[in-house]
Amino acid sequence: MSNRAMLVDYEWCTGCHSCELSCQMKNNLPVGQFGIKITEIGPWQYDDKKWQYTYVPMITDQCNMCADRIEAGKMPLCVQHCQSGCIEIGDVEQLKLKMTNKSKQLLIQP
Amino acid sequence: MDDQYIFVEHDKPFRYEDGETIVTRGSAWSAPGCHLGCGVLIRTDKQGNLIDVEGDPDNPFNQGRLCVRCIATKEAVQSPYRLQYPMKRDKAERGNPDAWQEISWDEAYDTIIEEFNNVKENYGAEAVTFWEGTGRDISAWISRLAWSFGSPNFLPSLNGLACYGPRVYGCFTLSGSFWVGDYSQQFADRYDNPQWKCPEVILVWGNNPVVANSDGAFGHWATDCMKRGSKLIVVDSRCTWLAAKAEVWLQVRPGTDAAVALAMANVMIEEDLYDKEFVELWCTGLDEYSANAANYAPEDVAEYAWVDADDIRAAARMYAAADGGVIQWGVVLDQKDEAIPSCQAVAALMMITGNIDNPGGMIKPPEVLMYLNGWGAELLPEEQAAKKLGPNKYPFYNAGVAVAAADVVIEAIETDQPYPIKAAWIQTTNLLACMGVDPERTLEAFKKLDFIVGVDPYMNPTLQALADIMLPVCMFPERSGIRCGDGCQRIETINKAVDPGNTKSDMQINLELGKRFNPEGWPWDTVEEMFSNIYGSTGLTFEEAQAAAPGYMPFEYYKYKSGKLRPDGSPGFNTPSGRLELWSGMMASFGLDPLPIYKEPSVSPYSTPELYKDFPLVLTTGARRWNTFHAENRQTPHLRAMHSEPAVQMHPDTAASLGVSEGEWVWLEGPKGTTGDVARAKRVVEITPIIDPRVVSTDHGWWHPEGDPKKLYDVMDLNINKLMPWGCGPSGIGANYKSLLCRIYKVEERNSHV
Ligand code: SF4
Ligand code: SF4
Ligand code: SF4
Repeated sequence: MSNRAMLVDYEWCTGCHSCELSCQMKNNLPVGQFGIKITEIGPWQYDDKKWQYTYVPMITDQCNMCADRIEAGKMPLCVQHCQSGCIEIGDVEQLKLKMTNKSKQLLIQP
Repeated sequence: MDDQYIFVEHDKPFRYEDGETIVTRGSAWSAPGCHLGCGVLIRTDKQGNLIDVEGDPDNPFNQGRLCVRCIATKEAVQSPYRLQYPMKRDKAERGNPDAWQEISWDEAYDTIIEEFNNVKENYGAEAVTFWEGTGRDISAWISRLAWSFGSPNFLPSLNGLACYGPRVYGCFTLSGSFWVGDYSQQFADRYDNPQWKCPEVILVWGNNPVVANSDGAFGHWATDCMKRGSKLIVVDSRCTWLAAKAEVWLQVRPGTDAAVALAMANVMIEEDLYDKEFVELWCTGLDEYSANAANYAPEDVAEYAWVDADDIRAAARMYAAADGGVIQWGVVLDQKDEAIPSCQAVAALMMITGNIDNPGGMIKPPEVLMYLNGWGAELLPEEQAAKKLGPNKYPFYNAGVAVAAADVVIEAIETDQPYPIKAAWIQTTNLLACMGVDPERTLEAFKKLDFIVGVDPYMNPTLQALADIMLPVCMFPERSGIRCGDGCQRIETINKAVDPGNTKSDMQINLELGKRFNPEGWPWDTVEEMFSNIYGSTGLTFEEAQAAAPGYMPFEYYKYKSGKLRPDGSPGFNTPSGRLELWSGMMASFGLDPLPIYKEPSVSPYSTPELYKDFPLVLTTGARRWNTFHAENRQTPHLRAMHSEPAVQMHPDTAASLGVSEGEWVWLEGPKGTTGDVARAKRVVEITPIIDPRVVSTDHGWWHPEGDPKKLYDVMDLNINKLMPWGCGPSGIGANYKSLLCRIYKVEERNSHV
């Protein structure tokens, strides 16, 4: 339980806010408070035609890893609703292995 | 049941108990408005109170995912802004929020019947107009209501049908069908289907699909395909997230799309990159088309489209080389006076590269109900149909366009010519805030009407200003229905889970009222019976569909080879020549250009250089935001917080030269087309490098539900469509919403007593 973590494939995060709002709705969080929050890195242009334009979600202290949903055999709500399917919650050891398979990922151990 | 349909297997019925709660599986179409209808699971308590809505992981369409607008469903449904009961208000009290009185549904219906029938007797049924919006499940039900009443004047409150219509009609004239990108959405097993091929290239043209979720396409199918190897070309005046990931991004000046598409064709022809075998076998008019494209050399176009000629070449080469190339085109192509040529020019790129009816290219969307053109045309007597407003001015409205032309109807209201208009039924549209243009003129015109009915889930500026009767509409968790909107249709039902209180669904209202006006036209006792009738061709009743949905129609590629595109069964396309018509005889027969010819937008740095001196920025409108669907969602607190006021995006250099800073309120002031009038709307400055310093961009549909109803919720301060006059290009299809001119100055006490 305590070694649950979130793996983010930030290559695909579009900044759609679905994770943020799912958590707010599920946990009755008021406007301005988040269990998961995205950060925008960019956009800025470099090298004439290249752009830095990335979003990264980060879980907060108000995230409880959707323990109730996992227990009921469901995906955490932010994971299920993530429109580009770029976040995953699981055992940290397994996620570490997954992390090595692809670039542009971020492992978050709360 | 037709055994060719493929249904998704479920271990549970569409409604099941889960502990103390009940879960109802179904589709999220609408209200709130949207063009898609994703699969959802609605959880309620046993009394029918909504607990939450989540995505249905077993639905192939969205695969468990939802955008923020559906995630906020509970807040939308339980909003204190919801209308709870029918209301009436004395005509003399229009605009007075304190004059509403609660009435029963029977009284509301009786009043509407009396008033509409009065108008019918004295002026003819055509004097009652029926106005729809976009996105809420309506076209079928409102068209039938209008036509069964006897009025030909049913219409979207849109200038020049400038959304989807131009792409659809443009495609039909060239190819006898409409075409959508192949993201495997027609298959129940989606990306695993062995017939499907991942598009090698997705050419995103004037669309931000991940944000927009428009035209039946779930935007993140694009990222699904990118993960599977699709490469992008993006044509957009802003560097969207997708543009930042693209191999080629063409930062076009708004409105120049047709020229850029023709320049790409020019490269494909010059460099022999088009699909010669396909064109030889299946297209006609190549010589004329090539001669026309020769006028659009990349260097010339680059100059006035503000792009790089080498990027045009790179885009042309990349799209032509793709084995499976989607064109994900957006409303940008529709929102120009000369929309049809833009759509023709881009559609031709699919055709000369053979990206038609092929895996990973463009597919003909399977259809349960041809809803775009309405339902029930046979109920409208011929002599009434002949009175439709529009065809006298625009030839296209004679051919296949079922609706009336909004600018012609507005003019008729004002002038009583060719006949007086006396009443309006306004359902699913907030036309003073969105969709309609020139809201001040629209408001004055509508004030002339003797009787106006509004049908909506919330009060809005249009209905507060104008309605005499308000009917409260329920939202998708509170009603049943069938999902039959744009894009690839599937058997998909909307399933009532929540107690609607004293509100009713759009379809129930139209059925109940329709039955009173014209019982033969509405021979069903319940909405479920009516839905079953529509599903007749599938062999399913509505109840069977609820249990079995979602269901997928049989689908095959290359139908033009097997003769399945034409009613006569011969190979080819459903056009007069049987081929894809790069030179369109049908266009010629409407007196329109048979070839796509680029024209400058009605106001622009080149078409109106004098105006450009006074209004030195190109303004494009309608940028989509995650949290809103056109004029909707402003009442939903968690959505509103994501983007709480209308913004104008501008380059840092532009902001510096204007002396404005991030977050500051400014006026955007511009010419109302070429009418000589000037209008303005307020915006908050958002500084970003994604836009050309010569261009600014804004989102649309703004009003403040929390604002003063007597000031119409600030709509006349906020609606950017004030800068657009009624009236459209020569075809009557397409109007300029997206390539305007403006100047910008700070909102200050002294300039803001509006
Ligand atoms: S795992 Fe659950 S609690 Fe944590 S951020 Fe996601 S939705 Fe919120
Ligand atoms: S839901 Fe997924 S794609 Fe959307 S912002 Fe969150 S992490 Fe990114
Ligand atoms: S696109 Fe968004 S609003 Fe539309 S049905 Fe899907 S989740 Fe709902």
